[in-house]
Amino acid sequence: MRPMNKLVRLMRSSVLAGIFSAVLPFASVFAQGTEEPSLPHINWSFEGPFGTYDLAAAQRGFQIYKDICANCHSMNYLHYRDLSGIGLNEDQIKAIAASVEVPGGVNDSGQPITRPGRPADTFKAPFPNEQAARAANNGAYPPDQSILVLARKGGADYIYAILTGYSEPPAGMKLQPGMSYNKYFPGHQIAMPQPLQDGSVQYADGTKPTLEQEAKDVVTFLAWAAEPEMVQRKQTGVRVVLFLLMLTGLTYALKRRVWADVH
Amino acid sequence: MVGLHKGEFQNSLVRWIDARLPVFTLMQKEYSAFPTPKNFNYFWNFGAIATVALLIMILTGIFLAMNYVPNSALAFESVQRIMRDVNYGWLIRYVHMNGASMFFIAVYIHIFRGIYYGSYKTPRELLWMLGVLILFLMMATAFMGYVLPWGQMSYWGATVITNLFSAFPLVGKAIVTWLWGGFSVDNPTLNRFFSLHYLLPFIIVAVVGLHVAALHVSGSNNPLGIDPKGPQDTVPFHPYYTIKDSVGLCVFLIVFAIFVFFAPNFFSNPDNSIPANPMMTPPEIVPEWYLLPYYAILRSVPNKLGGVLMMFGSIFILFFLPWLDTSPVRSAKFRPIFRQLVWLLVIDVLVLGEVGAHRPEGLWIIAGRVATAYYFLFFLVLLPIIGKLERPLPLPESISRPVLGPRSGGGGGPVAGGAPAKPMEKA
Ligand code: HEC
Ligand code: HEM
Repeated sequence: MRPMNKLVRLMRSSVLAGIFSAVLPFASVFAQGTEEPSLPHINWSFEGPFGTYDLAAAQRGFQIYKDICANCHSMNYLHYRDLSGIGLNEDQIKAIAASVEVPGGVNDSGQPITRPGRPADTFKAPFPNEQAARAANNGAYPPDQSILVLARKGGADYIYAILTGYSEPPAGMKLQPGMSYNKYFPGHQIAMPQPLQDGSVQYADGTKPTLEQEAKDVVTFLAWAAEPEMVQRKQTGVRVVLFLLMLTGLTYALKRRVWADVH
Repeated sequence: MVGLHKGEFQNSLVRWIDARLPVFTLMQKEYSAFPTPKNFNYFWNFGAIATVALLIMILTGIFLAMNYVPNSALAFESVQRIMRDVNYGWLIRYVHMNGASMFFIAVYIHIFRGIYYGSYKTPRELLWMLGVLILFLMMATAFMGYVLPWGQMSYWGATVITNLFSAFPLVGKAIVTWLWGGFSVDNPTLNRFFSLHYLLPFIIVAVVGLHVAALHVSGSNNPLGIDPKGPQDTVPFHPYYTIKDSVGLCVFLIVFAIFVFFAPNFFSNPDNSIPANPMMTPPEIVPEWYLLPYYAILRSVPNKLGGVLMMFGSIFILFFLPWLDTSPVRSAKFRPIFRQLVWLLVIDVLVLGEVGAHRPEGLWIIAGRVATAYYFLFFLVLLPIIGKLERPLPLPESISRPVLGPRSGGGGGPVAGGAPAKPMEKA
């Protein structure tokens, strides 16, 4: 979780906790119910008011997405051209786009044809529709990954936890056929087979592909995919807030002057 | 023509227009010279802040609507296109999204101010009731706006809330079908919600106009709750309050900007980043934070119709506040019992908000019921009674005279529990 969010959440919960302990002596009893394992927290490059994306990690993450996750998960809201946001150059993007075949309208005799992808195309989905995706995945639907980080409580930490949370089921637990045990998935039975292991990919930059490293990289990529505007947003924010602080100061000084003669 | 201050404006064009359509005279009278109590505290900023928030919502909303597609198959994607492909679309949407929360924060503080300082009492009853109407319209607007991005919470929130109307006997089912424009929340529902979501804010603007017009008849209340006795108690609105409101507005904008730029999804539910899916109910269906207290009241009542009536009643009751409060003293400053009960009401509403965010089980049910009971008890029982029983502190003579207090000692001072303050109409 980003520290900003964490801070505000902390503030919110402490205010409410204060109120509760004042009003209702048994506040802790409220926390009954489903106990979920707490998520491991990773120090993400994109946390905090000044955080930016570690572009090298995001590029490695894209490699993992393209080679592994994209076999099952779509990413419908991204265009190939958007990849300039993680620092890929025009030729790289053209080559990546051209590596897929996309529908290209119809030819002169009215037959549907395909053409190589272009940077302006959206990421090609692995399955033509939900039914096909389910049929290939034991009935489960691999969710679109464009904004998956925003669509789960816990965000980046949660996705990281899922990717690293696979193990043998505890003794006595029987898994449904085709399911895997995952400590962090609600209900602990997940239809996605463990997608990442140590050495699942070879990194061109020499980074050691441990499971943790791979998970961190792909989550950095997914976080960028969900909020590609984040860096620009925060930079604009710093300027806007500084400007407003100055404006507040000036306005307040002026207010003091205007009111000086009123008693 | 009589009554028009010819020659008062320097610019001849302004004079020419003003002689035919006295808008400049109106602005001069209502916003410049308008005599305003000189003792406002910063709680008096929130009316201006709310007005600005409303304008921000309309402005960003209009730009969103240029790119948004109100079709159940395309709505979710169109919002993503706004976020990614429209120039500064992310800014427009995040301002609109967080703006709704900021608007409600401002209005809730504004309402608290009104209750604490008794601004709803004579002669401001209509002013207050118009305010309650604005709150109600805002809730309807925000509810329908939240449906537009067509995420899971949009869809299921709309389903739960529209379904409430089925609680009414005989006509309930027919009303729900009519609201939906079909047999479930679907494309026709989305279309009409978009249409109404575009319309209602402009109705709010009109009601705000009436609200301000009424204010300018009675004049503003103030932290002492006593009427200005003469020019020594007031200052012209401009520049004194234009500048003071600007200070409050700047601080508000800083808070607003911190959310928009650094925690834009702070108020949002992750489930609304999943496209609406009629086949899959989310584990928990919760409305936006500003509607949680009402939701808690709804779910605290074991009977569905009862819950619906209590929920709407919790707002409806506010219309009658001027008559439920029987005390002639406005400001809580001089009402020791009322003051404590109001703070308890604030805590009560916060508790209701927290209860609304949790599944109604275990102690949450009990907390919800206790808090609901206090809410209604406060308005229906305590207010009418304490107005009669409570002994208000002596009121100061006027806004410019120092507040009477124990330090004035000696004769005549604070006659303990002295003559119950007289109603203070008529300056
Ligand atoms: C063999 C197909 C397959 C591959 C490869 C795959 N996934 Fe999945 N994924 C699935 C399926 C199926 C689900 C749905 C699981 C369920 O609902 O039980 C899923 C679900 C998920 C979820 C959502 C869990 C939740 O909370 O709902 C995440 C996150 C995820 N995958 C990430 C990834 C990442 C990152 C990769 C690449 C490293 C990846 N997946 C590769 C099939 C796959
Ligand atoms: C009283 C003022 C208003 C309030 C309280 C309000 C509230 C909301 C809310 C809560 C949302 C959902 C945001 C989200 O989660 O994405 C929304 C969306 C939307 N609103 Fe408004 N709104 C107001 C005025 C307007 C106006 C005047 C317009 C049009 C002129 C408008 C157009 C839209 C559009 C197109 C969306 C969908 C896009 C989106 O979800 O971001 N709104 N509104």
